[in-house]
Amino acid sequence: MAKLSNKVSKNTWNEWIWAWFLIAPTTIGLIVLNIIPIFQTAYLSFFKSGDFGRNHIFVGLDNYARMFQDPQVWQAVVNTLVYTLLVVPVSIAFAMLIAVLLNRPIRGRSLYRTIYFIPMIAAPAAVTMVWRWLYNSNYGLINYLLSLLGIPPVNWTTDPKIAIVSIAIIGIWSFVGYNMVLLLAGLQEIPRDFYEASEIDGAGKVKQFFTVTLPLVTPTLFFVMVTTIIQSMQVFDVIYMMIDITNPAYEKTVSLVYLFYNNSFKYSDKGYGSAIVMLLLAIIMIITVIQIKVQKKWVNYS
Amino acid sequence: MSYKPMVSRILIHVFLISGACTMILPFVWMVLTSFKTVAESTSMNPFVWLPSEWKWEHYINVWRQNNFLILYVNTFAMMAIRVILGVLFSAMAAYAFARLRFPGRSFFFGLVLFQMMVPTQIFIIPQYLMVDALNMRNTIFALVFPGLVSAFGTFLLRQFFLVLPKELEEAAKLDGCNIGQTFLLVMLPLTRSGLVALGIFTALFAFKELMWPLIVNTSADAATLSSALAKIQSAYSVHYPELMTAAVLAIWPMMLVYFLFQRQFIEGISTSGGKL
Repeated sequence: MAKLSNKVSKNTWNEWIWAWFLIAPTTIGLIVLNIIPIFQTAYLSFFKSGDFGRNHIFVGLDNYARMFQDPQVWQAVVNTLVYTLLVVPVSIAFAMLIAVLLNRPIRGRSLYRTIYFIPMIAAPAAVTMVWRWLYNSNYGLINYLLSLLGIPPVNWTTDPKIAIVSIAIIGIWSFVGYNMVLLLAGLQEIPRDFYEASEIDGAGKVKQFFTVTLPLVTPTLFFVMVTTIIQSMQVFDVIYMMIDITNPAYEKTVSLVYLFYNNSFKYSDKGYGSAIVMLLLAIIMIITVIQIKVQKKWVNYS
Repeated sequence: MSYKPMVSRILIHVFLISGACTMILPFVWMVLTSFKTVAESTSMNPFVWLPSEWKWEHYINVWRQNNFLILYVNTFAMMAIRVILGVLFSAMAAYAFARLRFPGRSFFFGLVLFQMMVPTQIFIIPQYLMVDALNMRNTIFALVFPGLVSAFGTFLLRQFFLVLPKELEEAAKLDGCNIGQTFLLVMLPLTRSGLVALGIFTALFAFKELMWPLIVNTSADAATLSSALAKIQSAYSVHYPELMTAAVLAIWPMMLVYFLFQRQFIEGISTSGGKL
């Protein structure tokens, strides 16, 4: 139907109304629950306490000044980065290894996949309870097994030097299955022809992995890396359930989000907490931007 | 006549099986401990693997002492409402973003993308203050609140809608359907695998969530399974069997659902990973 005037045709107007109606719940929800809160958090970071109550006082950049001089904040940044640097490469390496092994014609692939994914199904709160029990210095299964090998008991959850590794082990254990499922899906999209061609060229299985598999699975690998990094930077549940403030290992394991939680809800200093979470936002944004820039160099989108 | 393939196959299975055992060992140990006595669980010489008697009392006691029924109700209500509303609203918006032309489309979709790039802790304090101001803390509404809409869900389902053929809408129009009917009766059913995947994601992440229920529903009878565990942990301190019982009670529902719907879970995760 030709538009005879500058007014919008009935059909187009109809489409617009329907569209706005369909996006309304989600859009209104996003604005109210997410977009406005981002600005509110930023705004709150300039206040002391920031709960709009009696202690709500404007302090300008004081929270940020305090934060940059607070050794606990920097330690938390270090803790979070250490955790991330342990969990990401190790869980992805294992996940890739298992995915490659399951990618061949092999019996029990679905069963293996189902079992490896189980840790992802369990709530982290409950998972941490059982790992805390496994890590128990006196009665835990892990120290018992070590004692059978003649190794003295380890203070998995109270030794400041080891605790972050104990936490990371739980993280790796949780993520291997999830990352493996994603990588396996990515691997299965690589056409057989590439492998056949390289076999004709005389390449062995290992060489095939580096020349065919790895380059072609890079999009999935990139996705897995980004999601695991972002999840790891936000670690809270496991550390919260495992290590409380009185634990000698607290200083060296408290993550940035755990610190945010303590300041905002335990000490009711939401202003300071907001500043901390803004720091987390900045760090994650920087990491994400770096990854996106570097992606062009090593990810092959065919 | 070479043994190499056979040996390497066996080694591979040995490796995979050890990995699989590592995945489930904590759960097996959790269940075994929940049936032991405190003495058995702390006995080192000899170390007790299996309980001599299967003590079901722990389950009855822990259930009663912590009012697990309420915890189940709260948790499932939160999951169900988030899944239904989240999937519905995401599908509606996803369809519009994928198949309709309208002013503001790029801008509003930009909001969706933006939300996905930001760590969720940024939203928590203001969301908490909102719920507090509405006087709705310690309610199911509070639990559901942040999950009413899903940027991720919208993004994911949009991918599914994008790949459907254009002819479908034209045919529906010829049949006299308006846009709403086209969406509901023609297009939506064709994205079923996407809807299932999103439903599973949403349910799973709601079930595992800890920080939000922890801060917004602080009273014991408004808590969820995860948030109650923290209090339970300190209450039982060194009563290891009871602690493990509580953990089992908290996770078995999702385990059951997972075993019944393994295929959908795995497919959902695989396809959504691929689409993203």
